[in-house]
Amino acid sequence: MQVDENTKVYKMGAWSPGPGCHGGCGVEISVKDGKFVKIEGDVDHPYHEGRLCPRALALGQYINHPDRLRWPLKRVGERGSGKWARISWDEALDTCESKLRDIRDKYGAESMVFGQGTGRDSGGPILFLAYAYGSPNWTLFGLSGIACFTPRLAACFQVMGDMTFPDAAQFFPERYDDPDWKCPEVIVSWARNLQGSQCADHYFSGHYVTDMMKRGAKLIVVDPVNGWEASRAELWLRIRPGADGALALGMIKVIIEENLYNKEFVDKWTFGFDKLKAHVASMTLDEIEQITWVPKEKIILAARMYAKAKPASMRFGQPLDSNAEAVATIHGLASLWALTGNIDNPGGNIITRPPKGVTLYPYSTEEVIQLYGQEFVNKMNLKRIGADQYPLVKNFRSWAMSDDVLKQMETGTPYPVKGLWCQTNNFIAGTAQDPKRHWEAVRKLEFNVVVDTFMTPTAQLIADIVLPAAALSEKDSVFTTGVPCNPIYKVATVDEARPDWEINFELAKRLNPQAVPWANVRGLFDQRLAVIGKTFETLIDSGYVMAPKGDATTPYNRHEKGLLRPDGQPGFRTPSGKFEFYSQKFEEYGLNPLPYHEEPIESPFKTPEIYKDYPLIMMTGRRVGVMFHSEHRQIPWLRELNPHPSIDLHPDTAKEYGIKDGDWVLIEGTMGKAKRRAKITPIMHPKIVMAQHGWWIPEATYNGDGNPYKVWDINVNQLIPMGHNSKSGFGGAFTKTMLCRISKVKEGEEVNYGS
Amino acid sequence: MAARNGLMIDYDFCTGCNSCVVACKQEHSYPVGKGGINLVEIMTPLPDDRIRIDYIPFTTAYCDLCYTRTTRGEQPACVKHCQAACMYFGTLPELAAKMEAKPHCVLFTPR
Repeated sequence: MQVDENTKVYKMGAWSPGPGCHGGCGVEISVKDGKFVKIEGDVDHPYHEGRLCPRALALGQYINHPDRLRWPLKRVGERGSGKWARISWDEALDTCESKLRDIRDKYGAESMVFGQGTGRDSGGPILFLAYAYGSPNWTLFGLSGIACFTPRLAACFQVMGDMTFPDAAQFFPERYDDPDWKCPEVIVSWARNLQGSQCADHYFSGHYVTDMMKRGAKLIVVDPVNGWEASRAELWLRIRPGADGALALGMIKVIIEENLYNKEFVDKWTFGFDKLKAHVASMTLDEIEQITWVPKEKIILAARMYAKAKPASMRFGQPLDSNAEAVATIHGLASLWALTGNIDNPGGNIITRPPKGVTLYPYSTEEVIQLYGQEFVNKMNLKRIGADQYPLVKNFRSWAMSDDVLKQMETGTPYPVKGLWCQTNNFIAGTAQDPKRHWEAVRKLEFNVVVDTFMTPTAQLIADIVLPAAALSEKDSVFTTGVPCNPIYKVATVDEARPDWEINFELAKRLNPQAVPWANVRGLFDQRLAVIGKTFETLIDSGYVMAPKGDATTPYNRHEKGLLRPDGQPGFRTPSGKFEFYSQKFEEYGLNPLPYHEEPIESPFKTPEIYKDYPLIMMTGRRVGVMFHSEHRQIPWLRELNPHPSIDLHPDTAKEYGIKDGDWVLIEGTMGKAKRRAKITPIMHPKIVMAQHGWWIPEATYNGDGNPYKVWDINVNQLIPMGHNSKSGFGGAFTKTMLCRISKVKEGEEVNYGS
Repeated sequence: MAARNGLMIDYDFCTGCNSCVVACKQEHSYPVGKGGINLVEIMTPLPDDRIRIDYIPFTTAYCDLCYTRTTRGEQPACVKHCQAACMYFGTLPELAAKMEAKPHCVLFTPR
């Protein structure tokens, strides 16, 4: 649309970098003379119907920030010295090509690790580059147990063959007006924080919850914190962090023993019910009350309310991924959906697949195979780190196991790791547990590249080459990890910043021309988009694409219609063809086939002797809506709304330790410490403290002393270990459950950053 | 004389997401420390050891109800982008009528 002579408005999907999200919204971006002017929500786009989050609305300050990385840099002092020189893209890519060729020739391609962070738009291109180069070691670098989303995906794909999200009519263009959709009577919001994870999360946006509350849905909230949702809930279960698996079992027990389950669904579509029934019969609600801190009366009420609602849906979050045995916990939650028949029904938990299976960033084994073929995936598995130790890791989604990647960097066995391609991953400040151990390991590698939008603590400490990534409005991409499928395209430029896809495509072509037969990135997109009958150009013209009703990627009741299994038979994509309470896949992999609870490595019950000296539970990672992980600390409009690296304390806790609001607090755990600024709030539990994750102080100048932007003063991940991930591999990051003690920082030892 | 315009907040649903605050800043290019909306947080202890949290986007002296946008027929920037869709722009009689059906609302009438 032409607004005036020089200003044009472009409609596209929003996705990181820039807004900081997992994508989904439609936006209108105004551009004048090739430069970004303004962003607004697109009222014609069904995902958010014009609504937009504060991070996207601050995009102008992100794009035009004076600290943006604007051209490639090379290190000109020792690693970590903070000394950089501007270089051309030709020199940067020549250096990357030659170093990566050296490593491949000398040690084999597997010696190069390709690490992403949470996987904004860069997840697809990182896998693309790793596989073109020949390395199987694509990973979420630093995050123990890959404890974000992958445990959820892994659990659901084993026990029911697909992932689900709550039904908010997101697969239909008319949304809540679609006649086939039903509003759930009850939504269970389990380990979610609407205020923090307020917007785009693949197939669901936080405010779909408020949309459905307005239409009559009641809330059951499971959260240790009295957040906004808890304050609006019909029933609030104040659970002890890490006890989710036990609560799920308690609810299963009540639903089975009070005969509240959906007999028709259980008889027809599930496997192993009797084994599940016997399993929960062996535990008592008194035991579960003790483990979870939730009174058994409330467990019973919650089970009844969820089971009697027709329909009911359940939304759950990352804390479950960091449970000691995350996959088993999520198996427990999924069992609740199956017991009540709330799977792929209107208003329940619907199976979520990208429209017509279009993919540029695989979230499942099926998608990895779709892109690269079974033979190539098998070949990659031979040397993929962790694939030989964990059958589930070997058989699901093709990640290298993060904890074992770190160990292998340190030990060099069974083969050495020599380089790290680190794209959109600020592991020193946010992603990694035990970040100093990561620093020690990575600083010894031969060649490290960091690709990002700003100079981060990670880039300062480890990079040899830093490449500037383009943000939303400066890049071509396609959003395929949710619904609808959105085009993202380049309408503006910021100096020499380049899109992640373009950087990786160019380098992949240099390193293995045969794997990159397309003339340019748009040619690659065209091929991948063929399944939805689009080219990149025609996708831009249509704005977005959804699959029609009746398609295997659109609800409802697809298990009845034979739309889920490759053989076209009714049922689910599992060995039995049913939802498996008793998982035959887990059995095959040597894992417990039934859902169960496991205590965190430190807890009042597991380590009472540690609890005596460290009597508080530290949670970190709870989202703050105006910032995304370690991003946005330098964006003025957003930093104004969340200015300090805080630790939230209940007033009683603060009083007990002599701490006042705004005081600096020393948090000590069994393996490390960090300082934080106290925020006293009654929403906390007196035995639990909450420290925001991802903090660094971008405005602090870096003098080459190894402590860029005060990161080692404030990073609370120094209290959390690596290497205790779950038996399955996935899960066990202990970001919500480490024990700690606190004290007021001595005068003169506060973290001073000038505000 | 035409009825005055106002901004109505159905604060049962305001989640405190701050979209209104930042939308206003972008619309008017306000710097840090200045804006047409301040988000107010109110915590009320309830029985059963629970806190009710209310957020209310409070219009400041800098709110002009997005005069330029609304004369073009568009919604104010805060109303359009409100993620909870709990902010309403209209004439005072329209908004007052809407309030009658809802339990917890406030009406702002910046001039």
